[in-house]
Amino acid sequence: MLSIKNLHAGIEDKDILKGINLEVKAGEVHAIMGPNGSGKSTLSAVIAGNENYEVTEGTVELDGEDLSDLAPEERAHKGVFLSFQYPVEIPGVSVTNFMKTAINESRKAKGQEEMPANEMLKLIREKSELLEIDRKFLSRSLNEGFSGGEKKRNEIFQMAMLEPKLAILDETDSGLDIDALRIVANGVNKLKSENNAIIVITHYQRLLDYIVPDFVHVLYNGKIVKSGGKELAYELEEKGYDWIKAEN
Amino acid sequence: MSKYTEDDLKIELENKEYEYGFYTDIESDTFPVGLNEDIVRAISKKKEEPEWMTNWRVEAFRAWEQMIEPEWANVHYEKPKFQDISYYSAPLKKAKYESLDEVDPELLETFKKLGISLDEQKVLAGVAVDIVMDSVSVATTFKKTLAEKGIIFCSISEAIKEHPELVQKYIGSVVPQKDNFYAALNSAVFSDGSFCYIPKGVRCPMELSTYFRINQAGTGQFERTLVIADEGSYVSYLEGCTAPSRDENQLHAAVVELIALDDAEIKYSTVQNWFPGNKEGKGGVFNFVTKRGLCEKNAKISWTQVETGSAVTWKYPSCVLKGDNSVGEFYSIAVTNNFQQADTGTKMIHLGKNTKSTIISKGISAGKSQNSYRGLVQISSRADNARNFSQCDSLLMGNNCGAHTFPYIESKNPSAKIEHEATTSKIGEDQVFYCNQRGIPTEKAIALIVNGFSKEVLNKLPMEFAVEAQKLLEISLEGSVG
Repeated sequence: MLSIKNLHAGIEDKDILKGINLEVKAGEVHAIMGPNGSGKSTLSAVIAGNENYEVTEGTVELDGEDLSDLAPEERAHKGVFLSFQYPVEIPGVSVTNFMKTAINESRKAKGQEEMPANEMLKLIREKSELLEIDRKFLSRSLNEGFSGGEKKRNEIFQMAMLEPKLAILDETDSGLDIDALRIVANGVNKLKSENNAIIVITHYQRLLDYIVPDFVHVLYNGKIVKSGGKELAYELEEKGYDWIKAEN
Repeated sequence: MSKYTEDDLKIELENKEYEYGFYTDIESDTFPVGLNEDIVRAISKKKEEPEWMTNWRVEAFRAWEQMIEPEWANVHYEKPKFQDISYYSAPLKKAKYESLDEVDPELLETFKKLGISLDEQKVLAGVAVDIVMDSVSVATTFKKTLAEKGIIFCSISEAIKEHPELVQKYIGSVVPQKDNFYAALNSAVFSDGSFCYIPKGVRCPMELSTYFRINQAGTGQFERTLVIADEGSYVSYLEGCTAPSRDENQLHAAVVELIALDDAEIKYSTVQNWFPGNKEGKGGVFNFVTKRGLCEKNAKISWTQVETGSAVTWKYPSCVLKGDNSVGEFYSIAVTNNFQQADTGTKMIHLGKNTKSTIISKGISAGKSQNSYRGLVQISSRADNARNFSQCDSLLMGNNCGAHTFPYIESKNPSAKIEHEATTSKIGEDQVFYCNQRGIPTEKAIALIVNGFSKEVLNKLPMEFAVEAQKLLEISLEGSVG
């Protein structure tokens, strides 16, 4: 599904990613861990197509298609979803309106009709139940005045609504208390299928108790320095990142 | 579509012609250019006005001659040459039409392009439309329904003939002839406009609406609108404008007077989309308008405006809260792009006790435009317990535009409560990227963000107008983030 080869990218002449190689197949969950400043968020931004980052070398392919010439919204239409570490506020735009616009823009790009209102309502009802979201919440302005936990839950709600092929969860666990963490992880697990893939970016092993990865990669200084199964996460938790730093 | 960047968007925007930039070729009866007392009298004669009206105009003209064009607004433009303007232009075929079949087909075609097919409007919207095409009313609908309730909705020229007692009593009562330079000019030469009277205790069953268009090259348009809501009545009045593109600047100096008698309510909504000039700032309409309403006891006046057009806008819909417990409201969205300049806001004059006013102003600036809010809240010494709440928000796009706020507050009564809030924000790249990531293209993302920003005001518009206004916001701002 996702194939990253020798990816180099940076911002304003500063190299951040220095040769990333990653293969993610449908049905898999990959965790990317690493200390602050190792390039985790840059990697997710580059996959999503954030134009503030410049790709200097290498390729990112989704289902064999090179993404480099595609705008962020086109990548989204192809099924790339990023759960933001810091979701932005859009005052005056309700969660419902935002989702309606997003879904219909994707449909338009694929030459489909707008989603009928009753279908939209049904979908909203179904997905808000999945994430235990009070529907009053959906009338509020997007992320405005949301608590940290509400923001993250809202990100996963959007993921549920958009049903992406590839979902990247960038530190979705930060700012969540244990109950919210369980609800969010539950939601993600229910969305998991044979046809999609999930990349979980996190500092801590905690989230991985709930969303169990098939593979764990350690990102350090712009490179994947270690890959393994879920036991790698425990090892990291135990030994700390200094262990990785010492080895590299 | 390959990498579709903001630069591509900008190019597309620049190449985009003004959506309503077409010109209807209808024979006109146009006066020679220039302005003097004879022209003023000739206008009055042409319109078969009674002597009192002629004298009123001449009085205004004499006052205007002594006045100087104001320069205090935060706008810069080449002043119109008043002697180069033709002050009267009316479509030639001005017989009274009984049905649409009799209306000049070209005129109907124009309406079609504007998306306001009369037939559709009649059937679907339930809106009575008094369409002003170059100064003279040529079509009026729904008159009958209104007449049954005793509501008078007609052109001001007709009102001067048919209801002189009302016109004579109220015209100039809120905006006197000598009020300001442009009001004086309008009083002298106004060509036509709308008149509306709602009798005591009557709730107008439909939204009254007028579409204005400037059509004849080099003819300034001087509209005069007078709305009188008698005791305990209610009316919602819509005014929408589009104008064809012209190379030379066109002057638009309207006067709108609202009178809300005891316990009456007037809601006055405007969507203004005069030609804003091209991307180099050439052409475009000068919109120098005086709008003011008078509230008697327990009366309420709400102004709602969406201003997206005009090269230069100079406009302050105001409320004189004369009666005790009266309420004034002003909700405004002003959008400026390219080289547009807007200096707009309101005046809330609190004279009565327990009077209340609310001001919500949303300014959106893009391109190299300048957008100013100018507002006055005045509490007189007699206005015990007056309250005002003002909120002025500005949204900036790019680094070459400006937003300015000039709030004036004068309180002569210690019991007054006045609140003022102001914010300035910029559409962030991170907001746009967030939308992009969810599959929303940049153009649509900006429209979404702007609509969110303007929501409090859009919500105040009647439904069908809100939709039109949202479209206008999108057209005005496409691709202007940078």
